[in-house]
Amino acid sequence: MVSAAATAGGLASPEAMLAWLDAVMDPEVPVLSVVDLGIVRGVQWQPAATPGGDPVALVTVTPTYSGCPATEVIARAIKDALRGHGVLEVVVRTQLSPAWTTDWMTPKGRDALRAYGIAPPAACAPGVAPTQVVDIGALMAPREVVPCPQCASRHTRLLSQFGSTACKALYQCRDCLEPFDYFKPH
Amino acid sequence: MSDSVLDPKFETLLRLGDNCLVLSQQLGLWCGHGPALEEDMALTNVALDLLGQARLWLSYAGEVEGQGRDEDALAYRRDGFEFRNLLLLEQPNGHYGDTVVRQFLFDSWHQHLLAALTRSTDPRIAAIADKAAREVRYHVERSSYLMVALGDGTAQSHDRMQASLETLWPYTGEWFEPDAVDAQSAKAGWAPAAGSLRDAWHASVDAVLARATLAKPAYAGHQRGGRQGLHSEHLGHLLTDLQFLQRAYPQAQW
Repeated sequence: MVSAAATAGGLASPEAMLAWLDAVMDPEVPVLSVVDLGIVRGVQWQPAATPGGDPVALVTVTPTYSGCPATEVIARAIKDALRGHGVLEVVVRTQLSPAWTTDWMTPKGRDALRAYGIAPPAACAPGVAPTQVVDIGALMAPREVVPCPQCASRHTRLLSQFGSTACKALYQCRDCLEPFDYFKPH
Repeated sequence: MSDSVLDPKFETLLRLGDNCLVLSQQLGLWCGHGPALEEDMALTNVALDLLGQARLWLSYAGEVEGQGRDEDALAYRRDGFEFRNLLLLEQPNGHYGDTVVRQFLFDSWHQHLLAALTRSTDPRIAAIADKAAREVRYHVERSSYLMVALGDGTAQSHDRMQASLETLWPYTGEWFEPDAVDAQSAKAGWAPAAGSLRDAWHASVDAVLARATLAKPAYAGHQRGGRQGLHSEHLGHLLTDLQFLQRAYPQAQW
């Protein structure tokens, strides 16, 4: 593993590359960068694949939902963004474990979602594993309050657990009456 | 699958992947036909989750088999007798109540299965299960909620849900029957023994049926064979749709 600092010969630092990736938007939620979404798990330099070749920027990405159609588009956009900054060799590696969670979404990303009209995800319940089986009693109990991203009213209702994409539920505000998407805790 | 000796890990992965693939295909048939826009979107979103999970399981199955087959080869170029999905999942969509009951019975089992698989001795199986379990949590919430809404709805919706439950119930018995593949898989710690999920599943189902005011069917007998490749006639028709393109135009690419 060659760090940018060790080679210093014009290689961008991983931090700089992360900043470039912060301009790559999720194609389905175009105000949220892949860094804000929490799916970029790391950027590092690796030695060239062949002697005399260019060093390889290895970007580790974790998928959001296993069937998310944006995954392949995002991998291409990441490569294009780094190449646009002169990084010639980019490898995007998919990592399943640890599984992505909305708790990795940045505060900046949450604000951008709200401004865009999508309610950001609540924190995953502490002490409850997302893989824990569902308890029907808890399911029928009153749900968490999701504030309206338009008028901030807390007087809202769930319309459907699945909205315009698998990662979002559909809510409606009872005060301003607008329907809105809620990015589900995951 | 010409080999008479079954590779237990390959078989185990096919069982996991084929369940997701077949149910995903069935739910996809509802696209544009759901009883309400929200239901239409929910069904196709669940279908998409299951398709993603099918890819993860079948990709790994192909690697374990080591014959150069990827997830597409396994999905599109196997015949019916090579499929290892549960019989319940190939039963027709029927009316909306049939689809909801089928989904609920499977989701409530799937969540227990995936929770157990997160403790698999195979790290790749555990990682896929961890990912899938987070998605299936929303599936089981939704189908449980619909069971209650329709079961405890009008007299008509209640009777139709009860009839769907009676029709589909005999397809749940095979889930808990051990066989040679299951025994080897459980012994290696890749997957839980089939019978080990029975009590937890019944407890989950009982809790929802009670709230849905639906009576649990009490059949002694049940249908079996899906995991061993002995399917009902419905799977063949489903595969003609699923596999048409790759059968008509082998190796076709986007």
